[in-house]
Amino acid sequence: MRYAGHAVLAAVVLFLIGPFLVIAAAGLSAGDTLTFPPQGLSLKWITAVFGMENFRQSFVLSLWLAVGSTALALLFGVPAAYGLARYPVPGRDFMRSIVFTPVIVPGIIAGLALLRHAVIPLGLPVTTALILAHTVLVVPYAVRVVTASLEHLRTDVEEAAVILGATRTGTFFRVVLPNIRNGILAAFILGFVTSFNQVPVSLFLTGPGITTLPIDMLASMEFVYDPSIAALSALLALMSMAIVMIAEKMLGLSRYV
Amino acid sequence: MSDRNFLTIEKLTLAYGGTVAVKDLDLTIAEGELVALLGPSGCGKTTTMRAIAGLIQPRQGRIVLAGRDITHVRANKREVGLVFQSYALFPHLSVFENVAFGLRLRSVARDELEQRANEAIGLVGLKGFERRLPRELSGGQQQRVALARSVVVRPRLLLLDEPLSNLDARLRLEMRSELQRLQRDLGVTMIYVTHDQSEALALADRVIVMRDGRIAQQGTPADIYERPSSVFVAQFVGFENIFKAGQWPLPDERDIAALAWRPQAVVLGQGPHQGRVLGASYLGDAVEYLIETPGGLVKAQTPASARRFALDETVSLDLPLASAARLAGQ
Ligand SMILES: Nc1ncnc2c1ncn2[C@@H]1O[C@H](COP(=O)(O)OP(=O)(O)O)[C@@H](O)[C@H]1O
Ligand SMILES: [Mg+2]
Repeated sequence: MRYAGHAVLAAVVLFLIGPFLVIAAAGLSAGDTLTFPPQGLSLKWITAVFGMENFRQSFVLSLWLAVGSTALALLFGVPAAYGLARYPVPGRDFMRSIVFTPVIVPGIIAGLALLRHAVIPLGLPVTTALILAHTVLVVPYAVRVVTASLEHLRTDVEEAAVILGATRTGTFFRVVLPNIRNGILAAFILGFVTSFNQVPVSLFLTGPGITTLPIDMLASMEFVYDPSIAALSALLALMSMAIVMIAEKMLGLSRYV
Repeated sequence: MSDRNFLTIEKLTLAYGGTVAVKDLDLTIAEGELVALLGPSGCGKTTTMRAIAGLIQPRQGRIVLAGRDITHVRANKREVGLVFQSYALFPHLSVFENVAFGLRLRSVARDELEQRANEAIGLVGLKGFERRLPRELSGGQQQRVALARSVVVRPRLLLLDEPLSNLDARLRLEMRSELQRLQRDLGVTMIYVTHDQSEALALADRVIVMRDGRIAQQGTPADIYERPSSVFVAQFVGFENIFKAGQWPLPDERDIAALAWRPQAVVLGQGPHQGRVLGASYLGDAVEYLIETPGGLVKAQTPASARRFALDETVSLDLPLASAARLAGQ
């Protein structure tokens, strides 16, 4: 029994990190075509991707998109989480489930719906559409993570502030916000990573010349056969892992998800 | 001349949705008085304090503080302090900033702010702890911070909701006398909520006993301790032998529902009644006996130096009418 358990565990781990190892190995290839196992090891493709202009542009857009949409999502998400946690809003459970819906609806459907019913009818520019879509995508994470950290803050602490003379708004800024700071930071990191790696929603909304990095990579794969995509993928995966690991160390990110 | 009707509560009714927690409560407290609100868990003590502080709106009734009707005044404008059972310190602020919180909201000038905050911190004996965070303090120290934070803004009325219930027994005694000293030094009017009768009796000028959202009895500690007016209050303050009028060993007396004796008031070894010793426990300075009588079980306490009785021994006993509390109602 024990050996069977270990075998299953090993299989799961292999299944989870195997793809990353294959990609990383392919990206470190010394050869000129994408193969596994790699034809010798070198860093030449890793260094090469930093020189590719199109990737540099889409990387910058993805970065801005991730930062901007996460910030916007928090601007809506934090007050929403607070309201849902503290006030007996009628239909609270219903609203909760609505806020959480995009987590359940597959991104590809959300992207298509946004394109058909918002972007095209309203004639939104590509960047606006992207920002909006990613914000909508990240809001549920923001609400969920901030809700979790609000549960650690006792309501009587807020009442104490009111009794000492603070208004409701004053209490929010002086007491609530400082105490959920780590939750907000955690939400920011999760939102950033989610937006940055997002494919399905962006797929429908990107246009010529304006595209996010993952979409750009997807498109390049159709006509580029060298290991640069693998090298870039490995780098991005490393970046995401590093961000999440640092956040876990500093904030205990796993408490919130 | 202090105001005898400093706080007046009239016909206060408080409810959570459909459940009424406090019903038609009338209460008057004089300026500078220390009143204990005593009652078992769930009788509505916290609810009453929260209504006076403005954290819940009454369904009915009026609250008047220092001549001003505050029934509809917001909690942050009431000048009422509240010390929570859980302390409710601001976790992200140091001891100093916790205490200074109310002063900052009042835009007190920097010099005065520092002076007043430091004075309050000194008053509760926490000099040297100014920079600590609440989580770096013991329960007793957190309680002191909560106290300093409340008094530093000079509330007209200070409410304390079971402030010592989370402390161990020794610390509780220590804090109890400190609270008394603090109240005397500041002269602040105080309502002290507790479910512990000894705390209420030791601290307060006046004790108000609550039951099911109503006042069961109020009076001086001696009134409550020696002359409970109902079975409920008698039980609450330690009268363990309660017999209905007409029931053994009592004559039928009119106007009296029951008579009650403390275990110490029961006389053993002589008297008109007979009983059998069912149990004896040694309490150090006394021995407590459980005695079976025709009218039910009687609890008696005799000094440890007095004659001892053996298990199953038949003893004479007396329940002297002179030392009984006469209870008018349930
Ligand atoms: N938030 C609440 N919602 C519903 N009922 C409550 C709430 N708080 C207290 N109660 C009820 O009101 C009554 C009085 O409670 P409380 O004032 O907390 O009593 P105490 O402080 O004397 O223990 C209890 O029956 C309690 O169950
Ligand atoms: Mg209570």
